[in-house]
Amino acid sequence: MKEQELRGLIARVKGGKLSRRGFVQRMVALGLTAPMASQMLDFCGVARAQTKFAYKPTKRGGGGALKVLWWQGATLLNPHFAVGTKDQEGSRIFYEPLAGWDEEGNLVPMLAAEVPSRQNGGLAADGKSVTWKLKQGVKWHDGKPFTADDVVFNWEYSSDPATAAVTIGSYKDVKVEKVDDLTVTVRFAKPTPFWADAFVGTRGMLLPKHLFADYIGAKSRDAPANLKPVGTGPYKFADFKPGDMVRGEINPDYHVANRPHFDSIEMKGGGDAISAARAVLQTGEYDYAWNMQVEDEILKRLEQGGKGVAVITPGGNIEHIQLNSTDPWTEVDGERSSLKTQHPLLSDPAVKQALGMLVDRKSVEDHIYGRTGLATGNFLNNPERFRSKSTKWELNVDKANQLLEAAGWKKGPDGVRAKDGKKLKFVYQTSINTPRQKTQAIVKQACQKAGIDVELKSVTASVYFSSDVANPDTYGKFYCDIQMYTTTMSQPDPEVFMNQFTSWEVATKENKWQGRNITRYRSEEYDKTFRAAEGELDPVKRAAHFIKMNELAVGDYAVIPVVYRPRVAAISSKLKAELSGWDNDFWNLKEWYREA
Amino acid sequence: MAQYILRRVLIAIPSLLGISVVLFTVLALAPGDPFEELATNPAVPPEVRANLRTKFGLDDPVYLRYVHWIIAMAQGDWGFSFVSRVNVDTLILQRLPTTLFVIGSAQILSILIAIPVGVFAATRPYSIFDQIASTFAFIGFSLPTFFTGLLFILVFSIYLDWLPFVYRSDLSAVGWRWYWEHFRQAIMPVSVFGLALAASMTRYVRSAVLDVIRLDYVTTARAKGLAERVVVTKHVVRNALIPVVTLVALQMPAIFGGAIVTEQIFRIPGIGSLLISSILANDTPVIMAVTFVFACLVVFFNLIADILYGWLDPRITFS
Repeated sequence: MKEQELRGLIARVKGGKLSRRGFVQRMVALGLTAPMASQMLDFCGVARAQTKFAYKPTKRGGGGALKVLWWQGATLLNPHFAVGTKDQEGSRIFYEPLAGWDEEGNLVPMLAAEVPSRQNGGLAADGKSVTWKLKQGVKWHDGKPFTADDVVFNWEYSSDPATAAVTIGSYKDVKVEKVDDLTVTVRFAKPTPFWADAFVGTRGMLLPKHLFADYIGAKSRDAPANLKPVGTGPYKFADFKPGDMVRGEINPDYHVANRPHFDSIEMKGGGDAISAARAVLQTGEYDYAWNMQVEDEILKRLEQGGKGVAVITPGGNIEHIQLNSTDPWTEVDGERSSLKTQHPLLSDPAVKQALGMLVDRKSVEDHIYGRTGLATGNFLNNPERFRSKSTKWELNVDKANQLLEAAGWKKGPDGVRAKDGKKLKFVYQTSINTPRQKTQAIVKQACQKAGIDVELKSVTASVYFSSDVANPDTYGKFYCDIQMYTTTMSQPDPEVFMNQFTSWEVATKENKWQGRNITRYRSEEYDKTFRAAEGELDPVKRAAHFIKMNELAVGDYAVIPVVYRPRVAAISSKLKAELSGWDNDFWNLKEWYREA
Repeated sequence: MAQYILRRVLIAIPSLLGISVVLFTVLALAPGDPFEELATNPAVPPEVRANLRTKFGLDDPVYLRYVHWIIAMAQGDWGFSFVSRVNVDTLILQRLPTTLFVIGSAQILSILIAIPVGVFAATRPYSIFDQIASTFAFIGFSLPTFFTGLLFILVFSIYLDWLPFVYRSDLSAVGWRWYWEHFRQAIMPVSVFGLALAASMTRYVRSAVLDVIRLDYVTTARAKGLAERVVVTKHVVRNALIPVVTLVALQMPAIFGGAIVTEQIFRIPGIGSLLISSILANDTPVIMAVTFVFACLVVFFNLIADILYGWLDPRITFS
């Protein structure tokens, strides 16, 4: 889709011919994120109503205890150290960011008084700064007022490399200035189209300055408040046992009227996903369980109990197959898969194209993932509604055979195709995980029919995803022809996500295989488009660039997307919760309530 | 006696040192990285991981890390968890009471079942009661706890809906209600674990009693005209239990290990589940500390078993 077409669509939204939601869904189908689509509309002046929540209770408290189950318990409660989402969720009970992302990718103010925009003067015309107005009268749990100093402090805290905060990526390249007690300005070094990163969403939770000021840098581990959070959120800290239990009590001075509904919250950790689903769906012992990595068949059976349902929230996780563009079997200067080589088989476009036709996504979806993995042809995401329309993929063994035949790959006596003495033989690796091994088997079967010999290899997850420089089996080294895993896109803007196909991000020995470009795909056009998108302030033009990048990466078969994996949670049928795929499960915990 | 204990403790030190070297090397050589989860998250720059590794000393050579560890350990500093950044001793102490409660209750339950059943079966060998007891004992130790645990959950929580299957260390109830809730949630894990222990212990008690009951002094006691009850309780069981007591002491460390499975199934926040989650997260300091504690327990209970044995059986001397 070109810029012109995008503008046409936006005009239709403006004219009321296309709903806002319809536009967002269409953009998401093209591989953009919902927050980006929503940003385009805002930029073009399409008015939008404030996100409304269907919150029914008319008073604060009185809801009893909210019991939630995280099968991997929160291990720490400092959002700047959160290793995984489990830690972010634990922190989110107590801490809040300036704004969060709702399901459709709209920014919803939390500690900010309003969302910055061109109209209210929050966004600079040159794209080099954004000014946040803070909400008045917000108090930390210990009674101290929340001010601009706290916001500035969080930037100092996270951007100090000695603090070793995992959020440093969002803060190190910006400068934050206090304007007055309730106003801060975030300044960027260069025009930044996506300004809502620092202080927003999962990486934007704010710590109180008065408790952390002495623990910046190397002393960060010693702060007592790391274990006893004092935030602004709807619940106050009560008790924490790492990996086991986080407990919170209602915050009677919460800054939003009539909220929260529950008198206390208990987040229990440990165990396994299936029994967590059971405790919510079948016995009703718990109200909510996170990240149901359970086969859909089992979920459906448990749902029959009628005590709860599995809720599926679209997000940006893609299970995909990567094709190596370098030669993993030849060592050059002490590294395999070196940039100085070319893959002997995969450099032939016909082979890659054939492989693309041999991945039976439909079977993978139907027989393995069910509702928890939807077939997709895009590398970003793809909700169900538009799946059929954007079908770019097909399973066609005959066509794959023809393609290979035409390209000169002739079948040998053993049924395996060969050309110039090179056999069509691949090693296909992934981590040990039942659905992945089943997917491998489906792909292998189709490949066999097309005369491609596939050897399956599976590596323990703890080895595969480690950064161990000495181990040859890590995903980053990619000493293999084909590999498959899920890449998570937790942040609402695709820029960081899409840099994984740029030539300067290639994982090599030189950067200890820390580079993000694992496939070693290199394309001048892709690089150029990425650079153009980086500085493009017009969200519509920028979106067009990202759509093009997506098409390039998929079209050149750097990756073959398999299924798009939405987030799955188990929720009691009485509990009403606002979930979003672009933020934490607890992003809007204050609005959760139980129906009588 | 004091000299004997001192000698044993001195011998224990080099063996514990040896154990710690082996544990440390194995853990250091094992693949994996505590910051693995950061790797697949594109929003986290790779420098962050590199930084954390340097900060936590993961890039130092293995022998240097061991020296740091052992020096800190000697000063009572157990290090801190890479994952939660909490001191390891705090983490262990936080979870110790729960483990002790569950293991202790299970052990008591198993003794309460094993001794009467074992003794009764041995005094009437090959009777119907003995056959039934033996059958159950065999079933008991053939079925692993992860199976019986799930079976119990299925029957008592899901079909009958009587008992909760998620164990909570901090219940919100107060007063009598707290005890009741605690009792209810402890029934399943304690009985699953206790019954498995009881099964093997019943067999031990039975064979120990059988050994003793045939001895001449028992016949003499009976010939004196003592009541059967007195013969069994005063003369037979007392002597028969000597090997059983040492066995219980020797079994203690294995029980800590065996509790890991039960803790995982019922989400009991004990040391075992701490060990499992640390292994999954590659949290080396915690794994190291917990396994080292287990190693110490083995050494310690071996000593206890030897001392108890000598104390119960005056024929054994410590010289």
